[in-house]
This record gives sequence, structure tokens and C-alpha cells, in this order.
Amino acid sequence: MPIQRRQFVSALGGGALAGLAGCSRIGGSNGERPGVAGETLTLTTTTSTYDTGLLDELNAPFEDMYGVTVDAVAQGTGAALETARNGDSDVVMVHARSLEDEFMREGYGINRRDLMFNDFVIVGPEDDPAGIEGMGSAVDAFATIAGAEATFVSRGDNSGTHTKELAVWDEAGVEPGGDWYRETGQGMGEVLNIANEQGGYTLSDRGTFLSQRSEIDLTILVQGPIRDGPELLANPYGILAVNPEIHDNVNYDLAMAYIGYVTSPDAQQTIAEYEADGEQLFFPRALSEEPNFQQYVPEGWSGNATE
Amino acid sequence: MTAVPLLFEFPFEAVYIRSIIRVSLYVSTVAVLLSTLVSLPIALVVGFTDFPGKRFLTAVINTGMGFPSVVVGLLVLFAVSNQGPLGQFGLVFTPEAMILSQFVLATPPITAISLAAIAGVDGNVRSAAHILGGTRLDVALVTIKEARYGIATAILAGFGRAISEVGSVLIVGGNIASANGVSKTRTLTTAIQLEARQGRYETAMYLGAVLVVLVLLVNAVVVRLGDGRVQR
Repeated sequence: MPIQRRQFVSALGGGALAGLAGCSRIGGSNGERPGVAGETLTLTTTTSTYDTGLLDELNAPFEDMYGVTVDAVAQGTGAALETARNGDSDVVMVHARSLEDEFMREGYGINRRDLMFNDFVIVGPEDDPAGIEGMGSAVDAFATIAGAEATFVSRGDNSGTHTKELAVWDEAGVEPGGDWYRETGQGMGEVLNIANEQGGYTLSDRGTFLSQRSEIDLTILVQGPIRDGPELLANPYGILAVNPEIHDNVNYDLAMAYIGYVTSPDAQQTIAEYEADGEQLFFPRALSEEPNFQQYVPEGWSGNATE
Repeated sequence: MTAVPLLFEFPFEAVYIRSIIRVSLYVSTVAVLLSTLVSLPIALVVGFTDFPGKRFLTAVINTGMGFPSVVVGLLVLFAVSNQGPLGQFGLVFTPEAMILSQFVLATPPITAISLAAIAGVDGNVRSAAHILGGTRLDVALVTIKEARYGIATAILAGFGRAISEVGSVLIVGGNIASANGVSKTRTLTTAIQLEARQGRYETAMYLGAVLVVLVLLVNAVVVRLGDGRVQR
């Protein structure tokens, strides 16, 4: 079959489609198929959304509803955004707000929306050699780990988790290095396995840890804000489209339909109900009784907006 | 044939494993076939001809056997990316990109081993074919026939290289399976990597066993074909 460039459809059509996706199911009584039927959406995302299985749960009804295919590529936040910069994906679902804001300031990303959140947790061996269990401060816990030179396994891969980890080290005034600090460049699942093997600590998103908990002997030693832990360990997820003005091959109308879908009541319900090991993994955040439209604008943005 | 009841349940959906096997076989088989079509003519020309720089070219071909998989993946990614020279074809994260990667990886070993096999053919055989009025094509075909066992080994080496590699197909293919578990660019190797990453070692081991059995089966079939002719 001939390989064809994906056709670009007007942003207006995409916006209208997204609006429809957020409000009602496509097709209705006349059974008409959506204009995007048969197309493929390339979604680059972080490992936590994929490895927990949430993404398959979310994407199956979207694929059925629109008659499309979603190619989900789990790469970690940094790589997911870089792939999008190259114009090789249509929509990005990640969890490092600072990297997302930078992505939008550079013009590559548009129409970001808050999607969901969970939290990071500091996990480690049950015998807790550094003695951080129950600490109310992530900064204190990290400082204690550094002081004790206890093994800490880092993602080291420019992911959302790594970005958060670096932020905590920065707050703790520690520049981690030396034998005790091990940068792996691996995804969250591998890092948990490595920390398990080496009796080390690591920072993990709650979802991946819970979905893998039965396979490892690590335990949560410092909780995130979902369980009354420090707010610094909050883990918000955003979703944003790639800017078709920069890459004209972006399947923008389908990307906007997807954003509309995952922020719709149905999908938010799917997110709320998704469990692993008997626990809710993610908390929906796209709908609110008091909508905050400032979420559309990157923090610190000072472009040509009229104020 | 009556279905033999399984002695145990697999820890994954049958559709998942079947689609992964299909993608793995499709990508590696096409890549190796294309590699063979390119490699044999090169091996024949280099093997038959004496020219300045022949030793250098042979050294380059042999060096290619050691191409690092992830570097090939990176280079192919740059080529097929929207920003690259082949970007207009939309190849990134497709089986075609994986075929291209494996083609690049499989061509050097097939060329090098075929060249060794062809060089090993007695010069008198080629001379005899020529004297009997054979064209260059006839001489080439006779040589291939004489070297068939070595060429089969070359193709097997190329196939083994292609189907067992993980770095480049992960980079250019994206390890994609749809929400219902059907693989698009997920191969046996990238599936093993994914399952291990998620701590599902049991599934990873099963997939590993499937991969090993698959390679053994392919080897057995090709060797049998080779042996059959020898014993005739």
C-alpha cells in the first residue's frame, strides 16, 4: 500500500471535534462516522501511564468510538517531548510541568490541559538503613540519605520522575554524587528492580510502584500528598497537542479529539476507577466546579499575550 | 490434528504472543531476504574480481559485522524522522523502519560469510563453467551452488543477528502494541525488555523460550534443506 503523509485538517474543525468529544459521543442517531476514522494518532508518553496499564484502558474505547488507532510510545517525559519536537508524535501525555512549560514556550506544544495527578513516594528496603521512614519532609529524607551515603538509584533519564528528584535534591542543597548515587538511565520499572536488587532507595510514582509491588521487596517509607505526605511530591500529569504550525504532518484534529476525550467525564471516570493491587492509581483533574483557565498558559510565559 | 490440551496456562493472552511472533518473523524475514538480495551480488563481484582496494573493502565488510545495534537504530531514526531525509514517508514507529534497521544490521554478516564461502570455491569449477560456454550468470549460479552450504550459514547468521537484536528496533519502532494487545512494532525481543521492565519475569522467560525455539526451528529447516542436497 502506498505510504502517504497524514493529511492536515483545519484547526477549527479539530477544535469543534474536540468540543464534541468532550460533550457527547460521536455518531449519535444517524450513525455517521467521524471524519478522522481510519487514521492513526501517535501519542508519546511517560512510562508510568503505560506500565501501569492505564493507557490501554483509556485508549480502547477511544479507538472504538472514532474508528482510529492510537500508537502509544512509552519513552519517559524527556524523550516523549523530544520526539514531539521532531514532529514524530501528535500528542504528548507527560508529568513534568517545568519541561512541559518549556516545550510550550518554545512553540512546539499547544492547548495543554491538566489531566490527572497522583504522587511520588520515596521507597526503599524494609530495614531502612538511613532511617527515613515516616519523615514528613521529602527534603529531610533526601538529605538524610545523602548524609548516610545510603544507596540511591536514580532514573537519570530526563524523565518526569528524574526532574522531580532533581528538584528535591536542589531543595535539600545536595549535589548527589559518589558510589552511593547510581544513575541508571532506565525507566521506572527497571529502576525499582535495580533498587530492589541493590537494597537502595529511589523516588517512584505511586502508580508504577503499586503495579509492581508484588514483584519486589521495597516499601513506601515517605508518603506523597495523597497520603498526607509533603506537597513537594505531587505528581501532576498534563496532555498537550503538538503545534501543527511547526510540523505540518501533525494529526492535529485527532490530537484535539484525544485531548477532548481524555478530559471528558467518561475518561475521567475511567481514570478514577482504575486500580492496581486494590488501590486507585490516578486521580482525575480535568473537570472542576471552579475551572482554572490559567492552566492553559505556561508558567512564566511572557509572549505577546494581552494583559 | 486434534488440539493437544495445554499442561498449564500461559500468563498472557494468546493474541498477544501470536501477534508478537508474527511481527518478529515478518520484520526479520523481510530484512534478511532484502539483505540476501544485496549481499550475494556484492559477494560474487568481490569474490570473482581482483581490483585495487579489494583487501580494504573486505576489511570494511568484516567490520560491518560488528555494527552496534543502537547506533544503527539512531542513524535510521534520524533518517526516517520527520526531520530527516526520509521524513516525508512517515516511517517512524513503523515495521518498515524496523526492516530498514535490521537490513543494515544483517547485510554485513551475510556479505562477509558469503564472500568467505564463495572464495572457498575451487577456481577450477569456475574455469570449467566458463570453458563450457557459460555466461557470467551461469558461472555465478554454479558458484552459488558449490557454495550453498556456506551461503545458507551466512543467511542463518544474518537472520540470527536480525531477530535477536533489540536496540535498534526499540529506537525506530517504539515497541508499540495496541490497547487490545495486538502488536504493531513490538517484537519478541522488545516484548521481553518490556515485560522484564515491568517485573513480569515469568512472561519474559516464556517469550525468551519462544524466541530460542523459533531460532532453532529456522536453523533446522535451513540446515535440513542444505543437507538434503548434499546427500542426494
